[in-house]
Amino acid sequence: MTTLPAGTRVVVGMSGGVDSSVAAALLKEEGCDVIGVMLRLWSDPGTQNRCCAPDAVVEARQIAGQLEIPFYVMDAKDAFYKGVVEPFINGYTQGITPNPCLRCNRLIRWEFLLSRARALGAEMIATGHYARIEKQPDGLVRLLKHPDQGKDQSYFLHVLTQAELGKTIFPLADLFKPEVRQLARDLALQVAERPDSQDLCFVGQGGNYRKFLRKEAPTAFKPGPILDPEGNQLGEHSGLAFYTIGQRKGLGISSEEPYYVIHKDPASNTLVIGHSVDLGRSEFSTRPVNWISGEAPVKPFHADIKIRYQSRSVPGLVTPLPGQGVKITLTEPLPDVTPGQAAVIYQDQVCLGGGEIRQEEL
Amino acid sequence: MNTPIYLDYAATTPLDRRVISVMQPIFENLFGNPSSLHRFGQQAETVLEEARRSLAENLGAQPREIIFTSCGSESDNLALRGTALARRQSGGHNLIVISPIEHPAIQVTARQLAAQEGFEVKTLPVDHTGRIDLGRLEDYLQQNTALVSVMAANNEIGTLNPIREIGKLCHQRGIPFHSDAVQYGAHLPINVGELQVDLLSLGAHKFYGPKGVGLLYVRQGTPILPIQTGGSQEFGLRAATENVPLIAGMAKAYQLAREEYSQRSNHLLPLRDLIIEKVLAEIPDSQLTGGDLQNRLPNHTSFVFENLDGNLLVQVLDSEGFACSSGSACKTGDPAPSSVLTALGYTADWALGSLRVTLGKDTSPVDVDRFLDALPLCIQRAREAK
Ligand SMILES: Cc1ncc(COP(=O)(O)O)c(C=O)c1O
Repeated sequence: MTTLPAGTRVVVGMSGGVDSSVAAALLKEEGCDVIGVMLRLWSDPGTQNRCCAPDAVVEARQIAGQLEIPFYVMDAKDAFYKGVVEPFINGYTQGITPNPCLRCNRLIRWEFLLSRARALGAEMIATGHYARIEKQPDGLVRLLKHPDQGKDQSYFLHVLTQAELGKTIFPLADLFKPEVRQLARDLALQVAERPDSQDLCFVGQGGNYRKFLRKEAPTAFKPGPILDPEGNQLGEHSGLAFYTIGQRKGLGISSEEPYYVIHKDPASNTLVIGHSVDLGRSEFSTRPVNWISGEAPVKPFHADIKIRYQSRSVPGLVTPLPGQGVKITLTEPLPDVTPGQAAVIYQDQVCLGGGEIRQEEL
Repeated sequence: MNTPIYLDYAATTPLDRRVISVMQPIFENLFGNPSSLHRFGQQAETVLEEARRSLAENLGAQPREIIFTSCGSESDNLALRGTALARRQSGGHNLIVISPIEHPAIQVTARQLAAQEGFEVKTLPVDHTGRIDLGRLEDYLQQNTALVSVMAANNEIGTLNPIREIGKLCHQRGIPFHSDAVQYGAHLPINVGELQVDLLSLGAHKFYGPKGVGLLYVRQGTPILPIQTGGSQEFGLRAATENVPLIAGMAKAYQLAREEYSQRSNHLLPLRDLIIEKVLAEIPDSQLTGGDLQNRLPNHTSFVFENLDGNLLVQVLDSEGFACSSGSACKTGDPAPSSVLTALGYTADWALGSLRVTLGKDTSPVDVDRFLDALPLCIQRAREAK
């Protein structure tokens, strides 16, 4: 799997779940000097952060005990609040729909964890992500999709740099989920089968982020006008944070042809809705873009674009713009191009990078 | 990584083989209940009472003044709750006086007695090392003082308190005096008469005895009520079938401590002083916390380092094979400055960076050298990560 010299010290980010537990077990089996680490993240006071809830800590500690590796919980609350939660709140205040997992990966699960790993004398970190890292003859690494396309998590990893990926191991790179589960059973690891959750980890049970935002970003909950694309007022919305681009339900406007949210304008606190013909977007810009190779392309090129983790990728043309951005022109319009979410650029299996979809172009 | 080196003897100590040898046959052969009338019970009772006699003798106490408990925390609870409630019942005394550096077994118990039983709790003034200001003690020895509890030696910062002097002042006013000697008793001989205590807590696992057993010395005539009620074991002060093998193990461990105190201290003191000297000289922005060399446990060193995450430092040290602890460390990664250091006036940027290194009879000079060689880099790495 890897070609590390025996005894190489590796810090594994552990959650108590099956993926990171098996990742740690595989490295241990290979002869690495494995240290399990769980990061203590911020959560809304009075709630538990799902990623480090007391149960998860106990489970991860138990797995580490079974594997006979040391396990430490490290405090990352401040870094998480400043790097992830604050921008999330600010994003909503500005009318965009941020994806906090991306900032968390970059700033917390890599930058922060790598700094802690260095303190522990480890050059490498490992996680239970489903993706592959390929070292090339020139020394650079490439991020590739996981062969289990249904599990592939490269979308969330497009924020990483050469320096970070170069110090990362994905022990599950070649394993399909059923194989990972089987390995856990073979090793008699007492892993918790927690369902994968897309909920926000820091707002408490059920990921009720609106309740959280109502408190933290009150201006996103001010009622305002609902307009059609021509500027006619059709009704009143109850706060921009309640709506996402492409949303159809809950607009409270009756019409023979269904209405969809097509635009949010925080400056005037207006929600623009239209019919399906108004909805799709095929052109938008993304800035800044993280190029995993470390080098921004200069010429336009064709690629596959993914605008949400769960959505399929769509072919398009990527045109570099001055100043770290790109213009993306899709071959077909998509209904849910959402400012704040990431557009990730692939060529075949290779994840080239990606960036945040900008607000002002819409 | 080399074989890990254990430098956390204030947290707990390994069992002495000689203690295991005493407990083993009792575990295997002597299962009787000491309260039973038959010979099985009598055999167990003989062992139990021999342990009580031996401990009493080594403490300068009477056997019936020794109450066996399950641990140091329970001894503290029995002393505080039992005496506070008895004093209120007999004389309406309503004030509990403690020091600000008590173990949570005292602090949290006092807080609960305040919240649920309506006691008033006052905290004694201390100097920056945590030592009681004797000059101001008398202000707290009032008409309504139910009891005073001051630890003999602090677990986190190693400070020794002037127990005898505190006891004398309490006795002049007829106020019961309790001292948590869980750390003290592991290193310094105790004579309850000389120390002028009415109640004193010990826990066996700090002196190479087993976990799960402790004792409370209760001077004859001290007002105290049981907090665990039921059968009449332990002179009616603690209902429960006695754990005979552990109690015998504690007696043996204390006997050994008694015999070896000076030998152990002679071994520990130069190592302790070397660590203190080297750390202060070689680590920038470091301070010794707690007692000076005269008023400090012989195995105990504790420091704060500015601008450092103590939790991380302990993890870094562990990954290099050195097992230490930190007052702010917590296994859930949710650090808070220790209440002891905060009470002594340390600000968070110092108090969060605490380190405790405590030695034991099996710590070798080589262990200490290796630790001192490794520490500067570990601290640097922890600081760089901050
Ligand atoms: C001073 C002091 N008091 C009380 C205790 C509690 O003892 P135990 O763990 O036996 O309950 C300890 C040990 O942690 C201690 O150091």
